[in-house]
Amino acid sequence: MPAVIEARGLTKRYGHVTALDGLDLDVPSAQVLGLLGPNGAGKTTAVRILTTLLRPDAGRATVAGVDVLEQPEEVRRRIGLSGQYAAVDETLTGYENLEMIGRLYRLGRRRARARASELLERFSLTDAAGRPVKTYSGGMRRRLDLAGSLVAEPSVLFLDEPTTGLDPRSRVTMWEVIRELVDRGTTLLLTTQYLEEADRLADEIVVIDHGRAIARGDADALKAEVGGERIEVVVRDTDRIGEVGGILETVALGQVVVGGQGNQLTAPVAGGPDTLMRVLRELDAAGLELLDVGLRRPTLDDVFLALTGQPTDDAAEPGGGAATEEVGP
Amino acid sequence: MSRIGWAVHDGHIVALRNVRKIRRVPEVLVFVLISPIMFVLLFAYVFGDSIPIAGLDYREFLIAGIFAQTVIFGATFTGAGIAEDMQKGIIDRFRSLPMSRSAVLVGRTASDVIYNLLSILIMTLTGLLVGWRIRGSLIDALGGFLLLLVFAYAFSWVMAFVGLLVPSVEVINNASFIVIFPVTFIANTFVPSENLPGPLRTFAEWNPVSAVTQAAREAFGNTNPALPPPDVWPLRHPVAYTLLWVGIILVVFIPLSVRQYQRAAAR
Repeated sequence: MPAVIEARGLTKRYGHVTALDGLDLDVPSAQVLGLLGPNGAGKTTAVRILTTLLRPDAGRATVAGVDVLEQPEEVRRRIGLSGQYAAVDETLTGYENLEMIGRLYRLGRRRARARASELLERFSLTDAAGRPVKTYSGGMRRRLDLAGSLVAEPSVLFLDEPTTGLDPRSRVTMWEVIRELVDRGTTLLLTTQYLEEADRLADEIVVIDHGRAIARGDADALKAEVGGERIEVVVRDTDRIGEVGGILETVALGQVVVGGQGNQLTAPVAGGPDTLMRVLRELDAAGLELLDVGLRRPTLDDVFLALTGQPTDDAAEPGGGAATEEVGP
Repeated sequence: MSRIGWAVHDGHIVALRNVRKIRRVPEVLVFVLISPIMFVLLFAYVFGDSIPIAGLDYREFLIAGIFAQTVIFGATFTGAGIAEDMQKGIIDRFRSLPMSRSAVLVGRTASDVIYNLLSILIMTLTGLLVGWRIRGSLIDALGGFLLLLVFAYAFSWVMAFVGLLVPSVEVINNASFIVIFPVTFIANTFVPSENLPGPLRTFAEWNPVSAVTQAAREAFGNTNPALPPPDVWPLRHPVAYTLLWVGIILVVFIPLSVRQYQRAAAR
């Protein structure tokens, strides 16, 4: 089956900066591709080219079988785009925003109105439908923006960092909404800085850095390469580190590594909080005192560390891994 | 529907959106309407009695100039509106829709005519209060208003182009100030162009702002046979010269703006 989104050798330069450097992408029908990378990796540039907003310097792409460069108008009829910054009009109400988009899709007044109401309902925005968007929360704006991209029921959807800047609760709501869309058979290209997000939503992940794909595969494959979640323990009494190591080994999926100043242990695990609780109970029962303990999940920074041996260029970015510690050798 | 038909259909929807915004943020409208009142009053009372023009009441001379300057400044709204839409990513949304490529600009320039209509109305009332009178026929006067609006409409395409180029709303507000002030002052708007020194005088005589002002003055009957316009073609045929500029501006700036709109990168 041919790919619904297909890109070959996409290249885009801005002066001396190469935003995209020969990127290839394939998204089969009703699949989700997660384009994962730090700020400035070229994710937005790729989306802008595929959605006809930008012309590449080289390369070609088709979306839903239509050539992006030759028939941009036809491509625009078939896609929905929701960008990093919610592109909704703040002074208009939620309803007015969607109605306007519907009419610009040339649905006709009556259908545009029906569609606006329908989408507001589906995205739990009915109560806020008559309020100007400037009164909306960040999560509500993003949902409205996403609703805007769905007005014409596109079969192909592009979401550029749909949850960047959202609080955790809004992010989870957004994930549920996106999941539901995908379950209905929409083909989706999603960009994100969060490994967790790509893991939750994407069938396949392409890790991108400096405009090039540096890894491809499903989330499990990627995590196998990077390492999944792990428990980190810092013990007070270095002499008893062997005992702590023994307890960790009962749950560890791989080798338990000593790090820090010889008082930190890291063990790859599965099972999340349940496993952590078990370890804590056993450590407590053995009377072992801890300085710190935590369950760490791999972040984008860990992925980069594993793939390139270097952290992301902008480790201070949210989700860029500023909060994670490197595990000692 | 034809391409032009769709451009009108889509432009109409964008214009409706802009009109809704005018109603939703009345503060903007208040400022739009206060500044012409301010200009009429300032000029009428600050300069009105200090600049004697033989055989003519300065206030009468002045009003057409203020009208011209104000409607040209009104074009800044077009540029600012476009720049704001760019900044907020709304242009990206529009560009990702299968809508007409000129619709956003067609809609914006059309809805901004409303601002100018309202400011002309307010200025007319203020002018009448300070003693300005239409001395000719009402039909001629309406023709004068119409010409002012048409010229301002063309100029708003220039500002739409600028709005697509600049990085922010602040830049366009400052930039337009730097451009519009000289263009509207080195003209016959506030003083007769004969009073200007050499090169400025030539500039003023060929400045389309002078022509539209002269045309409005004649339409309002605010001229004096004792003070004929300088013997240069633009000011002897102000309506034709104004329309010529309107044509040139539209022919150049509509395609230029539409092309820039298609390329415009989000910021």
